[in-house]
Amino acid sequence: MPVRVQTEDFDVGRELSALRDGDPSIGAVAAFVGTVRDVNADASVTSMTLEHYAGMTEKALDAIVTEAKTRWSVAQALVIHRVGPLKPADQIVLVGVTSAHRGDAFAACEFIMDYLKTRAPFWKKEETPSGTRWVEARASDDDAAARWQSPTKPAP
Amino acid sequence: MRDSAGTTVSLVYLARLREALGAATERIEAPPHVNTVGSLRAWLAARGGVWATELAPGRAVRVAVNHDLADADTPIAAGDEVAIFPPVTGG
Repeated sequence: MPVRVQTEDFDVGRELSALRDGDPSIGAVAAFVGTVRDVNADASVTSMTLEHYAGMTEKALDAIVTEAKTRWSVAQALVIHRVGPLKPADQIVLVGVTSAHRGDAFAACEFIMDYLKTRAPFWKKEETPSGTRWVEARASDDDAAARWQSPTKPAP
Repeated sequence: MRDSAGTTVSLVYLARLREALGAATERIEAPPHVNTVGSLRAWLAARGGVWATELAPGRAVRVAVNHDLADADTPIAAGDEVAIFPPVTGG
């Protein structure tokens, strides 16, 4: 499965090796790992919970991966996103892309993350010393996703 | 299928909106004029109170119809699952 939503942690090295699977036509593997920070919006974060919309999440991620494959020459793509309780320094998300060349791998990996941030139905709820709060969406994430919609693609 | 009794739609509320509205799911009979995402949002906001506050025009609310992101013009038909939620914050 190119898309997984799970509570368990993941092993980046193992996942990327499996994605590559010894394929000699692959010359590039790009990966992004998102992790939990211990501070956000000027407050320390002691833990967080990731909620998602079961039923839509995998469909949304599949659509993003499919879109990436139409835009760039991608051999394999993988998205793993965790849900449930997480602590600072925990891994949240892994995006891995393989391709013949690095340009396609870098661009597709960044595109998948930018679209995931604005289109995949996940929400973070943080525990801070002053209580629990839902993380607010950032305008900069919308800007990052919008870059890919310009008529001239910023990537190769 | 639509008749004078209205359109039966399943609603799902998620994350902060679920807590603010005090509801996770509900089934509604929407009147015939409630046939798009935009008209549904306005109809729910007309309940007043927290519904009016949270779903007011200008508030950042996202909607998915049958698990696809939708906009105000997206049509709504009987049997649809309509999810209403805040802007997403994953990754």
